[in-house]
Order: sequence, then C-alpha cells, then structure tokens
Amino acid sequence: MSILINQNSRVMTQGITGRTGQFHTRMCRDYAYGKNCFVAGVNPKKPGENFEGIPIYGTVKEAKQETGATVSVIYVPPPFAAAAIDEAVEAELDLVICITEGIPVRDMLRTRYKMQGRKTCLIGPNCPGIITPDEIKIGIMPGYIHKKGRIGVVSRSGTLTYEAVAQLMEQELGQSTCIGIGGDPVNGLKHLDAMKLFNEDDETDAVLMVGEIGGSDEEDCAGWIKDNMKKPVVGFIAGVTAPSGKRMGHAGAIISGGKGTAQEKLAVMEECGIRVTRNPAEMGSLLKSVL
Amino acid sequence: MKIHEYQAKEILRKFGVATPQGIACFSVEEAVAAAKKLGGSLWVVKAQIYAGGRGKGGGVKIAKTIDEVRQHAESILNMTLVTPQTGLGGQTVHRLLIEQGVDISKEFYIGLVVDRRSQRVCLMASSEGGMDIEQVAAKTPEKIYKVLIDPTTGLTDEEADDISCKIGITESCIAEARKLLKDLYRAFDDTDASLAEINPLTMTGNGHIIALDAKMNFDDSAVFRQPDIVALRDLDEEDPEEIEAAKHDLSYISLDGNIGCLVNGAGLAMATMDIIKLYGGNPANFLDVGGGATAEKVTEAFKLMLHNPKLQAILVNIFGGIMKCDVIAEGVVTAAKQVKLDVPLIVRLEGTNVKLGKKILADSGLPIISADNMADAAKKAVAAASASASGSKAD
Repeated sequence: MSILINQNSRVMTQGITGRTGQFHTRMCRDYAYGKNCFVAGVNPKKPGENFEGIPIYGTVKEAKQETGATVSVIYVPPPFAAAAIDEAVEAELDLVICITEGIPVRDMLRTRYKMQGRKTCLIGPNCPGIITPDEIKIGIMPGYIHKKGRIGVVSRSGTLTYEAVAQLMEQELGQSTCIGIGGDPVNGLKHLDAMKLFNEDDETDAVLMVGEIGGSDEEDCAGWIKDNMKKPVVGFIAGVTAPSGKRMGHAGAIISGGKGTAQEKLAVMEECGIRVTRNPAEMGSLLKSVL
Repeated sequence: MKIHEYQAKEILRKFGVATPQGIACFSVEEAVAAAKKLGGSLWVVKAQIYAGGRGKGGGVKIAKTIDEVRQHAESILNMTLVTPQTGLGGQTVHRLLIEQGVDISKEFYIGLVVDRRSQRVCLMASSEGGMDIEQVAAKTPEKIYKVLIDPTTGLTDEEADDISCKIGITESCIAEARKLLKDLYRAFDDTDASLAEINPLTMTGNGHIIALDAKMNFDDSAVFRQPDIVALRDLDEEDPEEIEAAKHDLSYISLDGNIGCLVNGAGLAMATMDIIKLYGGNPANFLDVGGGATAEKVTEAFKLMLHNPKLQAILVNIFGGIMKCDVIAEGVVTAAKQVKLDVPLIVRLEGTNVKLGKKILADSGLPIISADNMADAAKKAVAAASASASGSKAD
C-alpha cells in the first residue's frame, strides 16, 4: 500500500502562482500519475484562473469542494505560510505538506496548538515533501532517483535523504514511501509517527531512519521501536562533529544546553536495538545487511 | 540572534519587568559619569559580551567608590574576556553596563524556552539562582519546576503563583513575582524570542522582585518582523566569516579543522563533516550553499573558505536534484579559476546530469580530484589535506 499518499491521492497546491510553486507543481504533475493527482491550485487573488490547465480557487475549502482534493502542498512565503496551514486544517484536509522554509517559531506554535484534535496530518514545514515512487511525488525531491520497492525512508533533511535513496538504489532496493519531515524545531509528523505507519504498511519490509542533531524526536522514536516495531530499522544521525550552540543550517539542528547531540541519539538508538552507522556512506549497505 | 544584557533589560523594562537602574557605557569616562548619575554607594561594573559566565572570567565587579568604578572599568574595557562559553580565544569587551548595586536577600532562576517535544513555550524556574542551570538540571533536576504555557491564554495567574511558591518566593512577594513572570512572557512572545533567561532573579532586602541579569535570544526566522530587535545586533560579537556568508545567502559555521566543505543541504553538509572526521581528517567549516548553487554562490563560498589560513583542502559534495550537476560543475570551474585556488580541490557530484558534470570538471584543465561517492571523497580529501600540510611545513 505505501503510506499517506498513492496514485489515488488528489492534491491542491497552495501558492501555485509563485515561482517555486509553479516550477514544482509542473515537476510533480509530470511524475508518474501526477497528471491525475494534481487537480487544483489556491490563490485568494486569482480565483477562476488556471495554471497550465490546473484550475485555481480562492480558498482551500472551495478547491476541496470542487475537485475532491484532500491533500495540499504549500509553497507560500514564510510570513504567510502558517496561515496557509491553518486554512487547510480548517478545511479538514487529510494531509498537508508544507515545503516553506523559515516560518517563525511563534507562528508554528500557534498553528500546532490549533491542530490539536483536528484530523489533518502535517508534514514539515521546511521539508522536501513525500514520495511514493512510481505513483506520486508531492514536494521538491528529484523523482527519477527513486524506484518502487519495499523500503521506507524517513528523514529530517533534503539532500541527505536523496543520498540515502541513491545508496538504496545502489543495493537495488526500491522504496515504498520516502518522507522528509523537515528541519524545523516545531513541526508536524515526527519520526515516530512515520515509523508507526511504516510498521502497519504491508508493502514496507524495513525502514531507514535518518536524523540529525537537535531535539529528541529520534530518541522518542527509538523508544517506541524497541517495544513495538515488527520490522528491521537502521539509522544514521548527522552532526557528530557539529559544535554546541550553533544552528547548523536547519533551524532545528542545534545542540542546546548540551542536549540533542548525535552521540546521545546514536547511543539511545543502539540501546533500543536499532542498527546504526556513523558512516553516512554506509546507510544503504547497512539496510541491505538487515534484510 | 543574540543581544547584550543591557539591551535585553531595556526590552524587559518596556514590558514592565523590574531591573536595577543601569547605563550602558563605551568608555571609562562614560562609566564614571554613569555611576555618578546613578548615585548611591554601591555599583556593579559588568562586561557586555554575548557569552555567559562573565563573572567567572573577571568580567563582573562590585565597586564601593567612584574610584573603584573607574578602576574596574579600566580593567574590564578592552580586556579579552575568557569564559566557559567564549572558547579559549575569548571575546574583547567593547561595552560596559554600570548598574546600581542591589541588596540581595535571595536568588532564583527563571527561563523561558521553546519546548520542542510539547510544542509549547516552557517556563522553567528554580530556587538555585545564580548557578549554571544546566548543572542544576544534571545534578538536581527535582529543583527545576516547569510550566508549559497555553499560547491562547499566555501564562495564567494561577500558574505564575504556583511556580513562585514552589521555588520559595516569600508569600509577600508573590504578587510582584506574578507580574514579573507575566510581563516576561509577554516580552518573550511579542519579540519572537527563542530564549529569555533571568539568572538570577532576586528578592531584595526590602522585599522586591528584580531581574538582576537578563539574557534574550531571538528566532532568526522572525527577524523580518522585528526591526527594533535587528537594530540591536552587535557585529563585533559575531564571526566575520559568518556575517560575510549571510550576505551571500550561504549558511556557514567556522570550525577548527583544515578541510573546507562546500555542500548543498544542511543534513548532507553535516554528514560530510562527519565522514571527514571518521576518515581521520578535520572539517574547517560547515557550509550549505542551499538549493540554488550558482557560479556566483560557489565563488563566494570558495573565497570564504580561503580566508581561513589553516585551510589545506576543499571538498565539494553536491547531490544534484533539481539543481543539475553540469550547472554546478560549471560553477565550480568558474569559481576555481576566479579565486586562484591554491589548495587541492576534491569534488564529488551525484544526481541529475552527473556524467556531464564530471566531464566538465575533467575537461577544465584544473587539477580537480574527482571522487565517486562520499567515502571516496572523504578519503581523498583527508589524504590531500595531510599531504598539503606536510608540504607547507617543508616550505
């Protein structure tokens, strides 16, 4: 089955008329079943217009009503992106993927608060998106490096995920679904949430989990894996050499107060029975070894 | 983004938080004049640098006479202050805060941070004021109390009073503490702060609650809507390379090693540093050129790395996704020619149009060492750096 998205997903793009939104909507539409999947755009100022044949609606609610889309991808600029997520949650979409990088933390704290008890699942922000290879890609990752298969991938970064996928491909291992959960400190879907979905997915045989310094998501996920996971999981954590107190590119990649180090995360993961490597060139071969 | 203590106190005062009377000074004369203006018979001369632990390094001194204010100001101003947080190089003191001395009866710790797990702002408080809170957390975690704040209501009276009682604030001061805690939260929320710390918060001899110290950090993603905060930025406190990098939209962090890294994407950039270390080398920097690695950006990135006198090799690690490898290869070649590269350059390209990219590098006539994967790239970079280091010693 893959998780969260497949060729039957119907997707709207919030921020479809911006340069990034246009470019990536085109790339996503051209990937696999994308032409059927990408059915709407949203721009409050341009209702009634279209982007290369994709109709544009003034609101998320309207786009949902008119096209049946239940998934949204957001490329709206940072000052307005949290409000775009709020709108998608209000419209009761199933899944929202927010690509935007640089949303103020205060905005995300309020958005996440409002999402409590709501049905919408959020991926990101500041993420590459999600792909179910050979069916649908929603986000900015290069589609062609992926291939349908039975390995799940969940990661906090973009290019490091592509690197991981390329290493899997070298081992001739395709992917069920690959999720980039994003590099922000306050985000939606966590490693743990993705892991639970992969655990229940009968088309996923094993999971590659890629983390980085900052926060405790990887530790939380590892604790759950120890008691519940039915499938092998292998992991890598980026940032063993990162200095304390410095933000390493991603807003969430920071060791603060001596907490959130790669060493600490790797140790917890190992204690919980996850096979980890400290060598980012060995993610693919390590996964192969546990099958 | 960080600011100085005196700036944080100015912000907090605007929100009603009580602090000692104080004046920021840039010279010894100003310091003396400030002390006279403040009056009284006890002053504190405080070095203003971003790093904490200033007292341990001799950056905070008590003066009982105006002459002592002058002596302390002379000794602290322009000193290289080394604290547990500055690193061994220390930080030169360019600014002082002269404050009226306060009669301290009891000290507490108060901090506001974003708690990632609960996705709430967390108020932390402890009876152990004036101590390094990380040590308190490690040794006596039971002495730290926490409240997760509802963003729609802010800190409530009940929550404020409850935590004040727990840390041992005297009954008669509870109302004043409540006001201070609520004002502090409003300041934190209104200014898009990522940290607000008062250590110590003091109860004075005559029963008032005052923020004796103040530290505030701000969310870099929100500075676009906080022009007043941005105006407080002190470039003397920041790494000049990191300032330069930011101008070109590059994410750059200086490190101690000798192998420069140029990578697209933060996660891959960290992983590249890690693999260099794993193969026995030391990264000179973290550098994420982002998604759009143009020739201009790569050139600026090379220039930045070459400022570093320790640099012995450069490793370029690019996973071309939407960005094509041939475009990046052109950028690398243009940049390498423009900056007259005098250290070995190792390039690993993967992804879209990788063959074409590699061909461009090979045809450039430049002595570029091409690598096939991350491990190969790291090994070659470490070998080149150590050869280049021993070569320069022979010179």
